[in-house]
Formats: sequence, C-alpha cells, structure tokens
Amino acid sequence: MSTASWLSKKGRQVGTLLGLVLLSGLLSILSPHFLTVSNLLNVLEQTSINAVIAAGMTFVIVSGGIDLSVGSIVAFSGVLLASALQAPLPAPLAIAVGLAAGAACGLTNGLLITRGRLPPFIATLGMMSVARGAALVFTSGRPVSGFEAGFRSLATARVLGIPAPVLAAALVYVLAHLLLSRTRFGRYVYAIGGNEEATRLSGVAVRFHKTMVYVLCGVTSAFAAVLLTARLNSAQPIAGMMYELDAIAATVIGGTSLLGGSGSLGGTLVGALIMGVLRNGLNLLGVSSFLQQIVIGVVIIVAVLVDSMLKRPGR
Amino acid sequence: MIGVRGGSSVTAAKGPGGDGVKHDDVVGAAPPALRMRGIRKSFPGVMALDGVDLEVREGEVHVLLGENGAGKSTLMKVLSGAVRADAGEIELAGERVEIAGPSHAQALGIRIIYQEFNLVPQLSAAENILLGQEPTRGFGLVDRRRLEREGRSRLEELGVRIDPARPVQELGVAQQQMVEVAKALHGQARLLIMDEPTSALTASEIDVLFGVIERLTAQGVAVVYISHRLEEVERIGTCVTVLRDGKHVATHGVGEVSLAELIRLMANRELKEHYPKRRVTRGEELLRVEGLRAGILHDVAFSLHRGEVVGLAGLLGAGRTEVARAITGADPPASGRVTIKGKAMRLREPRDAIRQGVGFLPEDRKTQGLVLGRSVKENLALPSAPRLSAFGWMDGAAEEALAAREVQDLRIRTPNLEQNVVHLSGGNQQKVVLGKWLAADVDVLVMDEPTRGIDVAAKVEIYGEMNRLTAKGAGILMISSELPEVLGMSDRILVMRHGRIVAEMEAAGTSQEQVLRAALGQPA
Repeated sequence: MSTASWLSKKGRQVGTLLGLVLLSGLLSILSPHFLTVSNLLNVLEQTSINAVIAAGMTFVIVSGGIDLSVGSIVAFSGVLLASALQAPLPAPLAIAVGLAAGAACGLTNGLLITRGRLPPFIATLGMMSVARGAALVFTSGRPVSGFEAGFRSLATARVLGIPAPVLAAALVYVLAHLLLSRTRFGRYVYAIGGNEEATRLSGVAVRFHKTMVYVLCGVTSAFAAVLLTARLNSAQPIAGMMYELDAIAATVIGGTSLLGGSGSLGGTLVGALIMGVLRNGLNLLGVSSFLQQIVIGVVIIVAVLVDSMLKRPGR
Repeated sequence: MIGVRGGSSVTAAKGPGGDGVKHDDVVGAAPPALRMRGIRKSFPGVMALDGVDLEVREGEVHVLLGENGAGKSTLMKVLSGAVRADAGEIELAGERVEIAGPSHAQALGIRIIYQEFNLVPQLSAAENILLGQEPTRGFGLVDRRRLEREGRSRLEELGVRIDPARPVQELGVAQQQMVEVAKALHGQARLLIMDEPTSALTASEIDVLFGVIERLTAQGVAVVYISHRLEEVERIGTCVTVLRDGKHVATHGVGEVSLAELIRLMANRELKEHYPKRRVTRGEELLRVEGLRAGILHDVAFSLHRGEVVGLAGLLGAGRTEVARAITGADPPASGRVTIKGKAMRLREPRDAIRQGVGFLPEDRKTQGLVLGRSVKENLALPSAPRLSAFGWMDGAAEEALAAREVQDLRIRTPNLEQNVVHLSGGNQQKVVLGKWLAADVDVLVMDEPTRGIDVAAKVEIYGEMNRLTAKGAGILMISSELPEVLGMSDRILVMRHGRIVAEMEAAGTSQEQVLRAALGQPA
C-alpha cells in the first residue's frame, strides 16, 4: 500500500494521535510538572482502567451496539472477586471468579439482545441497574477491603519501572487488536456492525457472534475491576459509576462510529489517553473538577463533530 | 366535464412506435385535466421513460398498463414530484406546469396513493386524515372535537362508514385504504393517481373502492389507475394506455380492444441486448423443492439440475423473492421439503443452505448483498471466512489471494482490494456480490434480479459468469422482472402468480407473450 492510501485509510487515527500530541505539547508548556517521567507514568496508570473497559466497548460499538452496564459490572465482579479473595481463595482462582461474573453479565446482555431482540441500549441499561443492585445487596452496601500482598502486587509491582496495570492494559490492547484485526471473529464483528442482514445472508452466525461481543465486553470490565480492586486494596459496590461514559467517550474520540462497522483499538487507546492526559493536565493546572467536566464534554463533542464534518459527503 | 366520459378522448395509437397519439379536437371542449408530452427520464444504465405521452380528461379513469419495469412507476413519480423528468411538458387543465417537488404537486391538486400505505398505525382515522393540518385552539392545542368532525365528514364524502376515532391499526385493509384516500383528497384534488390499489383487497372491498372512485369521477376528478389486474380494466376504466420499455405503445378506449390484444401490446419488449446464452447438457438433479409454504407461497414444487438456468418469472408480488428467500434459509419456510444433491436440508438460517453449497444473490445489493463501509476484500471473503481461517485465525495471504482472483476473473474495477465497496459503481458492486458466491464455490446459485440497475457492459459480464457457472456444473435459479432476460438466459421458465407456480415452459420457442399471459392468469 502506498503512503498516500495508508494515510487516507488511517487518516482518522493519525488525526486523533496528532490531537494527543498537540494536547501534550500544550500542557508541557503550561505546566512544568506535566512532562516528567513520574507524571507520565501516573497518567498511564490512571488511564489503564478506562482503557481496558474501552477495549471491550470498542468491540460492542463496532458491532453496532452499546453497553451501558460496564461500570456496574466493574462493581459487581469487583465485590465477588474481593469476597473470593477473603474466603480465602488463591488469587488466580479469585480472579477467575471475578472474570466469570463479568462474562455472565455480558452473556445475559448478549442473550437479551440476540434472543430477546431487545435494543442493546435497553438490555444493558437494565443490566446497569441489576448488576449495581446485586453488588450492593451482596455487600450490604459496604466495601470489601484488605487483601494479601500477592494480589495487591498487580497494582503495586513495577517491571523495568513500568507499573503493572500499564503492562496489563498494554497486553489487553495487543490481544484485542489481534482479535479484531486478524481473526474471523473480528471480521464478523465489523461485518455485523456494517450490515447485519448482508452478514447473515453470507452465512455468518450473527446471533452467536453478537452475544460473544457482549461476553467479551463483560470480561474486559471484570478485568478492569481486578486492576481497580488491587489498586485500592478494596472493592466498593459503588465503584465504577459513570465508567460507561468514559469508555464510550474514549471509543468515540478514537474514531469508532456509533453506527457500527468501523473503528480500531489503536484509535480507542489514543482516545483513552486523550481523556487521561486532559484530566491530569487540568488537575496540574488547578482547574476545578466542576470545570473539568465541562472541558471533557466539549472535547468529546468537538472530536465527533470534526469527524462527522470530515466524513460529510462532498468532501 | 359533462360529455367527456367515454367520448372523444379515445383514439388508438397510430403505430407500434407509439408516437402520434392525439385526442380529437372537439370544438369548445375543455382542455384535458392532464396532458404529458414527450416525458423522458433516464437513470444510470436505463432509459426509464422515453418520450411518453399521456392525456387524462376530467372524470375519466385512465388505466396504465405495463409489465414490470415498463415505466409506470417512474411516470407516476414524475407527476408526484418525487422525480424530475429530463425532458417533456406537463399541462394541467391546459396550463403548463413545472412540478418542483412533492409539495408543489400537492398544491397543484395532484394526489397519489401508493401501494404501501403511509399511515401512522397508532393514530386514529381522523388524526391520520388530517395529519399535519390539525385544527387547533391556539397554543398548538389540537381541537379534538373539530378534528373528529372534519375526519368524519371527509370519510362521509367518500360514502364510507368508518369511526374516525378508531386507531387505523384496528381497521381492515380496505378501510385503511379509504382512510388513505380521504387523506389524499384534502383540498382541491384534480388528479388522483392510484398504484395497484386493489392488490390487498377482497372482492367486496374492491366493490367499495370502485364505488368511491365512481363518486370521485362524477365530481370531475381525473384518475390514473395502475393495475396488473386486467379484469379491472373493463370494470373501472374509461381509457387504457399501455407502456413498454419506457415508451408509450398505445391508448385505447376500454371496450375497443380485447384483453388478448392488451397483453400482446404489453409483451414483445425489444431485445435490446444480445444474450450470450450458452446451453450445456442438463446433468443430474441438484435441488428439489416440494410442497413449499411460506408467507404467500402455496405448494411450490420444482427442481433444478446441473448445468441449468431456471428462470422464475411473474409480476411483482407473485412470490418469486419469497421462493428465493425460503430455499436459501433467509426466511425459513413454514413447511415443505428442500433436497440438495439427494439430501434433505434443514433450513433455519442462511448458513444451513450455504453449507450445502447454496448461495443467494439478493435483490438489493446495498441492503442485503454488501457490507457497505468495508473493503472489496472483506466482502468477497465473507462467506468463505471459515475456509480461510484455522482455529479462528484468518489466513491473510489466502484471503488476499481469493479476493485478487475474483477481482481479476470478474474484472471488478477497483483501485485496490482495500477499497471500500461503497465507492464502486453499481455494476462492480454487483460483481462483488456475485464474486462472494463464486469464491465460496457454490453448486446452486439463487439470483434475485441479478442485473437490476447496472449498465449494459456489466450485465453482459454477469451473463458470461452465469455461463461459466453452468459449464462447471452448477445450477442457477434466476428471478428477473425483465422478460427478455428470462427468455434469453434461462433453459426452463417457471411462471408464478399469487404464490403458486402456474406454468412451466422451455425457454426455447417460448414468446414473451406466453409468459406474460401465464403471469397475468389469462388462458394461453
């Protein structure tokens, strides 16, 4: 492929990346504390949880759906994981319990959407409430805290100076990227999001693959819960509030269309980093958290506005 | 208006070319309600209307006849402002008009009732009739009582008894149609166009509708009536105009001309293209369908052999697409047996048919055939993905090779394999859909309108591919609304009408007229 056609195909991703670079450049001028190794590692660490959730969200949105339940799944699988750890179960087994809980929530979402023919918005809105409620009921509303050091090292360990959660998120992105771009499953996810009927008529088991997309998203949310629980040394039933919005925002800023059929994990990763850098930078500049919300909202809208203006016919 | 009916307005066409139709000039007679002259409209690859003339007088029911694709719908769309003619003149009551758009057509007094209703099912009859022009009491509040009264009076004008307060979804089809008519007839309606208004009605409902039409014509409304039901021509029509290949063929007064003559006029379309049909010796049986029922289909049975193209002819709505969708698993049949290479198929999903080597090229490539937004390569490889992957991992090189081969074999014009199919021309898009199934190496290919809306060069290339497929021993079931194509490319023709196969004929030695007769349910 020529450079020109590569650029036109990857143009959107290059544009988002450029946005990230410009934003970082601006912040390093405005604040002497921004461009330091420790701050940048801090940004990466803080971004890792949203990034992991957004990876699963990317599959859902590429398939033409939406998942509003990811934040509640973080809470629900987190408290199950925490209770399993305190049982006490060995950490790997407890993590498996947490991931299984996320998978079960995702499977329920998927079946409601494909078999119950519910719109994804409704099915996952219901799950958002059910999983949150289940987490609260299970813990009677109290956090589950205090784990052994082995489990906590998932958050505290550093490999060659890089925090473990950052490495975990990087691993998730490598695997997810390969899954979406190199496997049959990935092809089908794009095809389903692009035209579900044409895909079905081409012999693809659409319902199965769509269900698996939600299972995957449930698992990545549960994995984010593992990282979060290790970092806080506590699992809160009210954890993960509004995480769905951050994950959707990262995905959309990264150039994935809410209409489905297009998008990439590279884009989502950059989208998550833009959100992380922005939050960090605004904190460094002493911008109040109230004002931050406005800024982040504006960034989301501008990113998608620019995107849709570039895509408008006649361009 | 008085004295127009059945009188001087009727003259036969001078010749098969269709030009030169003239109404006698009666001294002092009012100009016709509608006069269209030399209307031309072309779409990419098709001349939909080629210099059509039409004259409709006040109080007249002018029946428009023509085979699928003869240009009736396009002519209607020109009148309703949905489509702009490339050339030609339109006069309403002697006044030259340029119809700028649907709302302008409305303002000119042109009303149109489409085959599919445009009603909001949850709203009441009165609300539907007055949609967008509800009487208000200020502050945007709807005056419900006036709304209902107005709705009731509109319905009573038509002479029908329908409770204006009832949601239309609770009404029968005929009553819904009356609501549609009442809705269409607001204001000063001068010309009413009806597209197959009786296709969903029972005999007694048709009586009611015809009563309404007679009332309207008595009030001086001119009606253009499109139908496939020849028996209705004599019942309701004053005049009849036959279109063929976008050309005006003839205009006759009803009663001046026999049904047989009308069929002859509708058929005999020009053989514009040379069909490069190559016949192959018929091989063993590939596909057998018995007792198929689904939707409107009734006991459909036929077989398809290796090396054979079976053409499925019939009017729109005869059940051809339903057959295709049933045997390919797109809409699984309610009952019946579909056997492929001697093995009974369980059809629940398209996947079940594809695994047995049955491919389906659907009628609408954009909504059913292609994943728009994805690349030529991904589209071509989609049905073959299981073969192109091991343990779920796509073999990128094999995928690339498969796509490259189809692009070359089918001469798909695309800058590269990564090109988004949305940017290809219609003909090349259709070749991609065809390529999906060639790459998947199917034995049976079901093609629904394989050459619709594509240019002549691409058509010929698709015919060439059909020949290659049959030469390799595949069998093709082809649905087409183009009679010349059915006759030109098939070995055997099945004619459908009202969900049944009503005739089977060898393509060789069969005329368009014979096929059309069967499709219209007229004795041979």
